[in-house]
Amino acid sequence: MYVYQDYDQRLLQERVAQYRDQTRRYLAGELSEDEFLALRLQNGLYIQRYAPMLRISVPYGMLASQQLRTLANVVREYDKGFCHVSTRQNIQLNWPELEDVPDILEQLAGVQMHAIQTSGNCIRNITTDELAGVNPKEIEDPRPWCEIIRQWATFNPEFAYLPRKFKIAVNSVPDADPALIGVHDIGVQVLHDSNGETGFQVWAGGGLGRTPMTGAVIGEFVPWQDLLPYLESILRVYNKYGNRDNKFKARIKILVKALGPEKYRELVEAEFAELKGGAMTLTEEEVARIKNCFQTPEYRSGVDSTALQSALDENRAFNRWFHTNTRAHKQAGYRAVVLTLKKTGRVPGDVSDEQLDAIADLADRYSFGEARNTHQQNMVLADVAADQLFEVWQQLDALGFATPNLGLITDIVACPGGDLCSLANAKSIPIAEGIQRRFDDMDFVHDLGPLDVNISGCMNACGHHHIGHIGILGVDKKGKEFYQITLGGRGDKLSHIGEKMGPSFEADEVTGVIDKIIRLYVDNRLENEPFIDTYERIGMDPFKEAVYG
Amino acid sequence: MGKLILDGEIVDNQWQRFDAGQLEQESLPDSGAVIVPLAYWKEHKAALLERSDPVGVCLEPGEEPVDLAEDLAALPLVAIHFPAFKDGRGYSYARELRTRYGFTGEVRAVGDVLQDQLFYMHRVGFNAFEVRADRDIEQALNNGLRPFTVTYQADVHDNRPIYRRRHELEEVSDV
Ligand code: SF4
Repeated sequence: MYVYQDYDQRLLQERVAQYRDQTRRYLAGELSEDEFLALRLQNGLYIQRYAPMLRISVPYGMLASQQLRTLANVVREYDKGFCHVSTRQNIQLNWPELEDVPDILEQLAGVQMHAIQTSGNCIRNITTDELAGVNPKEIEDPRPWCEIIRQWATFNPEFAYLPRKFKIAVNSVPDADPALIGVHDIGVQVLHDSNGETGFQVWAGGGLGRTPMTGAVIGEFVPWQDLLPYLESILRVYNKYGNRDNKFKARIKILVKALGPEKYRELVEAEFAELKGGAMTLTEEEVARIKNCFQTPEYRSGVDSTALQSALDENRAFNRWFHTNTRAHKQAGYRAVVLTLKKTGRVPGDVSDEQLDAIADLADRYSFGEARNTHQQNMVLADVAADQLFEVWQQLDALGFATPNLGLITDIVACPGGDLCSLANAKSIPIAEGIQRRFDDMDFVHDLGPLDVNISGCMNACGHHHIGHIGILGVDKKGKEFYQITLGGRGDKLSHIGEKMGPSFEADEVTGVIDKIIRLYVDNRLENEPFIDTYERIGMDPFKEAVYG
Repeated sequence: MGKLILDGEIVDNQWQRFDAGQLEQESLPDSGAVIVPLAYWKEHKAALLERSDPVGVCLEPGEEPVDLAEDLAALPLVAIHFPAFKDGRGYSYARELRTRYGFTGEVRAVGDVLQDQLFYMHRVGFNAFEVRADRDIEQALNNGLRPFTVTYQADVHDNRPIYRRRHELEEVSDV
């Protein structure tokens, strides 16, 4: 995890003071609604349906145990005892008082946390693979590059008032896209050239939302030294030419599409020619310093897995959990353990203060004092030794975090939707719950295999419905809540946007429709064929027929 | 005469700015420093250069420094208009004026110019700020210009990003 220097800490304290003064001036009537709106958004504060919502930044989803405990305190003191893990790996508070936010920020700053640029038309939190650093498939740890980008983006004076929000993701796994770089404003793919030197393939113009599309490659191989000048060039072109008249046409994807990737690249190259080789060029010393912050923990060597093996043989529930909820690790004798926050009847991604404290304790005891948020709204203990897995499972089970459904139909990603969000067209949480209740036979759920179900309450797509194998989108039809279903999206390999099935459904029809889709899949699948492969093989028509026919 | 912040001090505004609408109604006064729109400058450049008092040009969003590149040597002032503070194009324009074209004259922010944006504006190259008339300019100067002592990026005042000047910050924090 990035370790703050004195000056990083000073910056946070200065930020708290600045925001405290902005809040004071707003409450004193010295700032208009509109002026304060932009300022509070850049600090992650929305005014929602029932209360403000504060989005707290969690770079790369990583939380130290001390940060988890502070969050628990904040949630207890200023909220209703719950917080929410978002699909961008951040933490959201749903019931803070506007007046309390400066105090909340002050507490957070004490553990190197903040809400800087978690909303608003600026560069947002940088995201990456939640298993970064432990994923055996990555070619190198992407987090140092994320951190370098994060610092460049933090209070970047030129890019604080962009046409629209701007999201950057970094991926270091070849042939897979765990960071969803294909659907980010900028996606950075870490590559090695034939000499083993690091460089980046840079994508621009992807995004979900109203006009979902995957990005285009703008930079084929940007040497690591040039990462920031290159990103700065992309941003400057966007800041100057992005649409500012129509909010729905303001994302970079619209500009890249309008100009064409060729033209966009040309403009970027012109800016870049000027910056290349200048003072922004990254130094080896800086990269080494940041890499040093993401060191591998002191793993034990020769972890004995005999006990694990016998537990796996003897205990069916543990065995199922192990195969579903843990992931392979770079280090022999270790696994990454995913805590599923998707128990039926619980809001997807919600965590209580007590649970945060409990996760902090688990992290301290079993995973080098760190936990992570995932973009699937779960959490991870990334470094658990094989000889402690059984113990960890028992404790997670007691906490309700061991539902063995990771990546399965009931591991639903859902935005807060109409229950909380003022932009929503429809509720998403009850839809998720309805599906979870319908598929309550864990054997059947396992038999169905990998299935991503994503629900968004409106086309802002916070629930990433476009990249769900089954996507569900809340739409408004004459003031009534309806749901549109897409199939065939994917966020596992390279991101792919799903296809709309047809007319939308009322809330009480949705689970029935999902049921029909699933039944058609079961009837048509080849042996061991996952849902998405069946869909790609047989196409939309049979599904349409089953649902509308 | 209004006030503005110029190089960190509150001073009287010596310049009179005319927008396109005004110049359709009235003609420029014979004397006094004036700021005119880009189109007007282009059309009347020869006459404007004849004036004994100085002339500056104001860029609107969508009018880039490149449109003025050849004239910069003759101009003591370029204003950049923010019709709304949320339109951030002017930040890139100011930056280009300073770093690409090496403009050393006054770069002035006009329009919806408010305390909470001054820090960013200053860093990208503005040195003059016509703070909106209904706002407290002293408060803007005292609290808005330098709310932070730490910056990560290069800017027009120091082209070194933090990784080329970290030692200086570390020394400061030891005090
Ligand atoms: S997708 Fe829409 S309803 Fe859901 S959280 Fe985002 S803005 Fe709110």
